[in-house]
Order: sequence, then structure tokens, then C-alpha cells
Amino acid sequence: MIRDPKDLKRYEPQERANHWVVGISFILLALSGLAFFHPAFFPLTQLFGGPTWARIIHPYLGVLMAISFLGLFVRFRHLNKMTPADKEWLSKAQNMVNGNDHDMPEQGKYNGGQKVMFWVMAICMALMTVSGVLIWRAWFGFDITLVRLGAVVHAAAGAVMIGMIFVHVYAAIWVKGTIRAMWYGTVTRAWAKQHHRGWYRQMTGK
Amino acid sequence: MALQSLDIKQRSATTTPSTQVRETLEIAKLIDVSACIGCKACQVACSEWNDIRDEIGTCHGVYDNPMDLTAKSWTVMRFTEVEQNNKLEWLIRKDGCMHCADPGCLKACPAPGAIVQYSNGIVDFHQENCIGCGYCVTGCPFNIPRISKEDSKAYKCSLCSDRVAVNQAPACVKACPTGAIQFGSKEDMKDYAAKRVTDLKERGYEQAGLYDPQGVGGTHVMYVLHHADKPDLYAGLPVNPSISPLVALWKGFAKPLATLALAGVALGSLFHYVTKGPNEVAKEIEDEIEREDSEKEGAK
Ligand code: SF4
Ligand code: SF4
Repeated sequence: MIRDPKDLKRYEPQERANHWVVGISFILLALSGLAFFHPAFFPLTQLFGGPTWARIIHPYLGVLMAISFLGLFVRFRHLNKMTPADKEWLSKAQNMVNGNDHDMPEQGKYNGGQKVMFWVMAICMALMTVSGVLIWRAWFGFDITLVRLGAVVHAAAGAVMIGMIFVHVYAAIWVKGTIRAMWYGTVTRAWAKQHHRGWYRQMTGK
Repeated sequence: MALQSLDIKQRSATTTPSTQVRETLEIAKLIDVSACIGCKACQVACSEWNDIRDEIGTCHGVYDNPMDLTAKSWTVMRFTEVEQNNKLEWLIRKDGCMHCADPGCLKACPAPGAIVQYSNGIVDFHQENCIGCGYCVTGCPFNIPRISKEDSKAYKCSLCSDRVAVNQAPACVKACPTGAIQFGSKEDMKDYAAKRVTDLKERGYEQAGLYDPQGVGGTHVMYVLHHADKPDLYAGLPVNPSISPLVALWKGFAKPLATLALAGVALGSLFHYVTKGPNEVAKEIEDEIEREDSEKEGAK
């Protein structure tokens, strides 16, 4: 693909690298975590060198994801503050899903849906980290009630996160011209004008 | 063992039925706390038969030795001094796996076949399938399984499943010098316990009774207690043990539902794409931008 020098820069290289570390660790965590979530997924442990290795590796991947997620959180937190325009966008999200995005309110760098995603993921990540420590038997031994609570919270927050990531990935596939932002950081001006008009005007001064 | 593999009633992390054709006798071990003298012959017999030698510890100034169950001590005597009816009583309880009919350990275990329940009622850990996650510890209402520091596998009393499979009583039963540990069919053990309870009541222990907690479906290790109304006197024996509601929630219906929900999201996305089509950048906007660009070019 020949890139247009007038394309708009959406992500810096460090931001992209950070996102990829989170993404890779998430995929590995989801695959190994699902294996312990339900017997139907247990064969996934083979991807990690067998069930015991999967059990050993999973929490360390969790540490990696927690740290790298914190990086993303700090970088993008201020861009994800909810505004009245976001609420309006969310109330009209159904039209968007149905394929009609003509009357959506103007959006900045992120729309209301992305912001909800951001905060749900941040809350889940915090829950996953705390509950993960509670049930990490190799290093810790907490009170049994806390461990039991940790096990429930870890499973529930994990399921929510996996579901949210399905939506996140699908949205990127569905909205054409998005995925390149994750690869090399730029989007076309037309893409920006259509999906994030506020950000487009801010970037181009129009 | 080939025959034993036919006698598996439940298997951890397995969603299809285990072998059901053969029926074996439901067995039980009965520990008569009122007849125990705390000699620990059973502890030694366990270590002997199972070839496990725990580290030699230090004296803590009490009779309990070792102080707790470990991956290498599958049974320990727990000593408690209590005052009942203005008399000092020395209660000695042999602690170890209760072989629950509804085992929380098995329910919690994520590794297929790491924990099995035989049709005779014994709950056995198959360490070759164990991944060392410790979920069994989380699931057990009696705080029994221990994860070994050497190999990260879970261990506990097997009720000498190897001996029982060839019609031998567990090693501890053989070693007890007072007959405080009895072994046989669960029915026989209940009958035997009833006699002991009558005897204890005659001797003034009004509340004597059998400990076979129904919250876990009954157990295959039962106690005769002089104070069956206060099991917690005996070094914290749970009064009404059952699988914790948190564990039931964690391992119950929620997970299959969540799995379905995730599949729904994935399939929903796919069909959304197929039915609604991709969200492309509108042609008008692209044209608009091209026009602006060429106007700018023209202005130069
Ligand atoms: S006492 Fe604990 S380890 Fe033993 S069968 Fe019951 S739940 Fe499992
Ligand atoms: S430690 Fe072993 S036996 Fe215990 S739950 Fe995990 S895999 Fe199962």
C-alpha cells in the first residue's frame, strides 16, 4: 500500500509497541486461562508445553500484562474522559451497529463506545491483578475465603475481558481502515473525518 | 490399576459420565475418638505403608507432631484440651481426608483425571495428572490437600486405595492398638457407630453421636464423637461442612453460561459482518477530501 504523506498520525511508535505487548500477553493469557476455566478448553494447555507449564507461565504473563496495561492506561487515560457528546453517541449506538452512522454526534479521538471499553477493561484489569495475586499459590498463601473470592472474581472478570476483546477486535475489523493504525500508526483523512470528526478538525485545523 | 479404572464414579474436569457399569460396596473408615489414646501408631503406619518420610520437625511444646498436615504427612493427630461439665477433657482427633461423597476438591480441580472418586467412595488424587494449581485446596471444606514444595503436586490421604483394591484394610486401621479405627462397608460402620454411641450415652455422654456430615453428602471417613453437638471442640472440626457457595458459584452453572455467552459474541460478530457488511469510509467524504486537495494544488 502506498501511504499518503497527508495521512493523519494516530499513534506514536511507543504507543503501538505498548499496545502490542498488551495484545500478545492478553492472547496468551486468554488461551491459557480458558484452559483452567472450563474442561472444554483444557487442550489449549498443549500450546504452552503441557498443562503444568501452562499453570506455571500464566501468572507471569499476567504480571507482564498488568504492567504493560498500566502503560496504556497512563498514556490514554486523559483521552478517555466521558463527555455529554459521548453519552449521546452511546444512546444512538444502535443505529451505528445497524450500519447507519450518518446522524452520529461528532466524536473526538475516541467515541463513547471506545471510552466505555477503555474503562471496563481498566476495571477488569485491576480486578484480575488483585484476584490473580490472591490465587497465585506458587508465591502467596492468603486466607481461604479471600482465595475463594479471588477465584470467582478472576473467572468472572476474565470472561468479561475476553468478551470485550472480541468486540474490540471485531470493531477494528468492521470499521475499514482502522487496523493500519495499530500497525503503522496512521489513518486516512477520510477515515478520520467520517469516524472521529472532532479529532479530524483538531488535526487538520478545518 | 485396570480394575480400579473400571470403578471410577467421578473424575475431575470431565463432563461426560465415568464408568458406571460395575457396582462396588460403599466402604467407610470409622474413627472412634472416644477410644483413641493418641499414640500416633496410625501416623507411623501411614508413613510406612505409603513410603513417605516427612522432615523431622521441632517440638512445639504440645503433643501435636507434626503440627499440621503436609504433602508428606497425610494424617495427623490433633490434641485439644477442653472443659466440659466441669471436667478437663483431652480430645484427640485423627485428622485427614474425609473422602466426601460430594468432594469439593474434585469439583474445583481443572485437570482432567487428577482427582477421581471410586465407586466405593474413596477420593483419590492421581498426581500424574495434577498441574499443581492448588484449586483442590480452595475447594476442600476440611482444609486437607497440601501442595508439595518439591514437585508442586497435591497430596492427601488415599484411604489406602491400593490396599482396599485388594480387600485389605487401610494401614492405619491395622496399626491402631485400641481398635479406635474401624473399617468396613459404610452400612456396617454406621451400625458399629450406633453401638458405640449407645455405650457412650450410658457412660454419661448425652450428646454422643456419629459425624457423617450431610452437607457434603456424607463422608467415607466418619467420627464417633462424645460431643457430637459441638464438633468444633475437636480442633475445629467443621460443624456443618459443605462446599463453599463461592466455590459452587465458581465451578457451577456460571461457567458453561459464560462459555455460551462468549461463543455468542464471537458468532454474533461474524454474522453482523455477514449481514450488515463492513463499515467503509463513505465515498462522498473521500471525494470531498480529494476535491479539497486538488483545489489546493490549483491555488499553487
Ligand atoms: S476432605 Fe477435602 S480433600 Fe478429602 S474428599 Fe473431601 S473435599 Fe476432597
Ligand atoms: S493441585 Fe492438582 S489435584 Fe489440586 S486442583 Fe490443581 S490439578 Fe487438581
